[in-house]
Amino acid sequence: MNYRHIKQLALLAALVLAAVASHFSGAINAYYLQVVLFIGINIILATSLNLINGYTGQFSLGHAGFMAVGAYASAYLSSEHSAGLFHALGGASAFSIAIVFPLVLLGGGVAAALAGLIVGVPSLRLKGDYLAIVTLGFGEIIRVMIQNTDAVGGPRGYSGIAGYTTLFWTYAVAALTIYIVVSMIDSTYGRGFLTVRDDEIAAEAIGINTTRYKVTAFVLGAFFAGVAGGLYAHTTTYINPSGFDFQLSVQIVIMVILGGMGSTAGVAFAAILLTVLLEYLRFVAGYEWLPDIVRRIAANRMIIFSLVLIALMLLRPQGLFGALPRMASAGRKSIKSGPGPTIPTR
Amino acid sequence: MKSHLRIGFIALGLTFLGLVSTRAQEIVIGQYASLTGSEATFGINSSNGVALALEETNSHGGVLGGRKIKIITEDDQSKPGQPSAAVKKLVSSDKVIAVIGEIASSRSLEAAPICQEAKIPMVSPGATNARVTEVGDYIFRVCFIDPFQGTVMAKFALDNLKAKKVAILTDVRNDYSVGLTQYFKEYFQSHGGQIVMERSFSGGGTDRDFRAQLTAIKSAQPDAIFVPGYYTEAGLIAKQARSLGIKVPLLGGDGWDSPKLSEIGGSAIEGSYFSTHFSPKDSNPKVQDFVKKYQAKFGTMPDGMAPLGYDAMMVLAQAINTAGSTDGAKIRDALAGVKNFDGVTGRITIDPKRNATKAAVVLKVNSKGNDFVASVAP
Amino acid sequence: MMQFWQQLINGLSLGAFYALIALGYTMVYGVLRFINFAHGDVFMLGAFCGYYLTPRLLPHFTGPLAPVGVTVVLVATMAICAIIGILIERLAYRPLRRMPKLTVLITAIGVSLFLEYAGQFVFGADPKAFPELMPDRALENTGALTVTTTQVAAFAVTLLLLVGLTFVVKRTRLGMAMRALSNNSTAAALMGVNIDTVISFTFGLGSALAGAAGILYAISYPSIDPLMGVLPGIKAFVAAVLGGIGNIPGAAVGGLILGGVETIVAGSAYSTYRDAIAFAILIIILLFRPAGLFGKVQVEKV
Repeated sequence: MNYRHIKQLALLAALVLAAVASHFSGAINAYYLQVVLFIGINIILATSLNLINGYTGQFSLGHAGFMAVGAYASAYLSSEHSAGLFHALGGASAFSIAIVFPLVLLGGGVAAALAGLIVGVPSLRLKGDYLAIVTLGFGEIIRVMIQNTDAVGGPRGYSGIAGYTTLFWTYAVAALTIYIVVSMIDSTYGRGFLTVRDDEIAAEAIGINTTRYKVTAFVLGAFFAGVAGGLYAHTTTYINPSGFDFQLSVQIVIMVILGGMGSTAGVAFAAILLTVLLEYLRFVAGYEWLPDIVRRIAANRMIIFSLVLIALMLLRPQGLFGALPRMASAGRKSIKSGPGPTIPTR
Repeated sequence: MKSHLRIGFIALGLTFLGLVSTRAQEIVIGQYASLTGSEATFGINSSNGVALALEETNSHGGVLGGRKIKIITEDDQSKPGQPSAAVKKLVSSDKVIAVIGEIASSRSLEAAPICQEAKIPMVSPGATNARVTEVGDYIFRVCFIDPFQGTVMAKFALDNLKAKKVAILTDVRNDYSVGLTQYFKEYFQSHGGQIVMERSFSGGGTDRDFRAQLTAIKSAQPDAIFVPGYYTEAGLIAKQARSLGIKVPLLGGDGWDSPKLSEIGGSAIEGSYFSTHFSPKDSNPKVQDFVKKYQAKFGTMPDGMAPLGYDAMMVLAQAINTAGSTDGAKIRDALAGVKNFDGVTGRITIDPKRNATKAAVVLKVNSKGNDFVASVAP
Repeated sequence: MMQFWQQLINGLSLGAFYALIALGYTMVYGVLRFINFAHGDVFMLGAFCGYYLTPRLLPHFTGPLAPVGVTVVLVATMAICAIIGILIERLAYRPLRRMPKLTVLITAIGVSLFLEYAGQFVFGADPKAFPELMPDRALENTGALTVTTTQVAAFAVTLLLLVGLTFVVKRTRLGMAMRALSNNSTAAALMGVNIDTVISFTFGLGSALAGAAGILYAISYPSIDPLMGVLPGIKAFVAAVLGGIGNIPGAAVGGLILGGVETIVAGSAYSTYRDAIAFAILIIILLFRPAGLFGKVQVEKV
């Protein structure tokens, strides 16, 4: 039984487990269920961002934008355009939802992938800091555009979305995302992503089409972020453009960095850890036996997150499971090298 | 020796029983509010009002024959996405029997479906957008709604200020402002007024420069400018308008109601008008009594949101007593039947749409305490 | 037409803020090749410095001495912000000087977030009314256009600081060292330039300017909160890129242009797109002329 078989078996096992757990999910307290669903969604987000940031080395700060596109697109599809399909399938039932929902999610993912394409193409010429700012900019532009689109509620948000998300769908997608990303990176084709990250010029020199890899990374990463967005929209049933802001992008980035860029397992673990921590802080803030200042800091979770980020960078930049950044190429890319924004001559 | 021990044990046992029984008898209510963030004063003041009402209710023996009420409050940080998690926790984890919240319509809209689905009654102290109670039959509010409030200011502009041409500066980032704009326009235009210009901005703290929009508005020469936003921007808008040489009065809604309005707006906002739920200068003894108690407990004058929180809690307490149980459906029915409740913010009657039919007051901004100008009945 | 000129005036005064903040970005980038994400938050700290210092310092300067009082507050704030900037560099960026740029970038984001949320924790997240440092009135005798006192003050101080900065960079030894470092860091080190000192000095200078911008901004828009630096910080960065990052007069010009364009958009029927315009400009510039208006196109040697 080789590695590939193990992976496929793992995927199958995950799907079965998710289905079983989902069947019994009615018995769990709704609040805990919500947290578990959020964990699954964050795993998808972190894994998809890891493809762009960790494996391909393109530092993207706009992931929340892709999630927003997916959330809104799928919400729009399921609220406005699914009636016809439901009718054809004989009304709303568990069976018809099981057909329509994945289609709706797919729609969200495709819309987000398109956004990924639009963002990925200009990013081809940019590196490091500039890429980060441009992706941040795109994330904000997406948010502003949604805010100005009255058809999806604009700044008032989009409410009344059907609550189709279940444990099964969330974890099935999460398992699939991990499977696809890991399989791809392990393949011969997938090694190209890593070479683009490690040394773009050398990669070009040996014939790797860096353009194609970079764009693929963005499109694929955006696709999964979009699906995650769709899952999110169909569990909170109300989405608002200001919920998909830079702060959310940073939270996902923190998950990727904490897990170690370039390690899917690490990133997934970090996603679980951080989601649980985020919600746990809410309880900590309510513990009356703690001194007031500790409670207030817990209530202000971003302070803790930002300190974690700084500490991580200063003490363990490779995160929990990642590899140390390569010092050899660090010399070329570190702070004091060469003047001006780096534009490869072409 | 032995008898001492025995008495000791009995005393211990009784105390234990006593502790267990009072805790078991406590009634838990949840509250979500914006205690931090850009609309912090709304959340803080309304939850202060709730706290005052809670204290009074508990000191008068609580509800349902002696059971004390306990409130668990969650902060939603004035951010969307937070109310949903906060209310889910209150409903599923803390197992509250009812929820009070929120002042902001958009955040109330986010939480309402959760309460509705869980069949937990939700009482909003101050969300004025009509859609909030439309979510379902478990959602109530003790304040008036924007279709009414919009017409109040439109009427005031036409009748009292004799303004025929009005410009509107809307905060497109929130439901409340967009809704008020729509209702103001409807009434104003259908009664002979003219909207000479409409401009918008993005609220929530990011936009601070309104000179561009105000310059455009100035060129349209309105008799008054309707600014249905929150106090955070209203103060700045007033200052910039005056510095640009705009002299006409500004009009607003209950989103202006905060002590910070005059702090930020200073002399620029003096003399402008806004509609709200109550006036602290109202001579009604119930109002003055509330103001005194609030000042004694919190050391500041109450703004419009505090008495709303107070009334929300009192109405809920009465409903629990009427229902005679902690069952959600029974409390819902009791809430639906509230008639002529004598609240600090006026006589509250819950109509079939679960909104409160009450009068609104129009205040004139005065840094030493807003002046009461008129009361408008529905 | 009159409206256009009025919007232009509004735009230029808005642009002055972006210019001041952009100067800090461009200097740090010129010397270190790194975007100091936390710069916008130093701007915010400057505003809060003013908020706390004004009630304590200004009452000592009554009547005709009032402008002196304002200057004292301004200078004190600039000094405090300079120290904060140097501290940040020492604690968060210096240990990472040999690491890949990405690591430092992430650290900068971390510092920025920390300043913002610690600010919320310490100052409270709700907006505070900034005390009136100077009366905000429209000037007389300007015809159909309105120019306010705060607009003039902001513009004048910005100009003054810009001249001061140019003087420091072109005429002092430290300034020369900065330029040398920006041009070729290895050679500069070989020529005896103390890298650490110059970097600290650059940070200090940039942060002082950001602090000044914070006070001027708070005078014009007297509502401050811990998150107020996020958007102006990003827009100022766009302005720096627009002018050519690393180029000081470029940053100033970029700021003014950005302020002008943003105001015109804000005054139009599309006012809600005013923030998106900054990002759109950034993307367009980076696509078609990444060196900005005044920058030199750099070639990367393999």
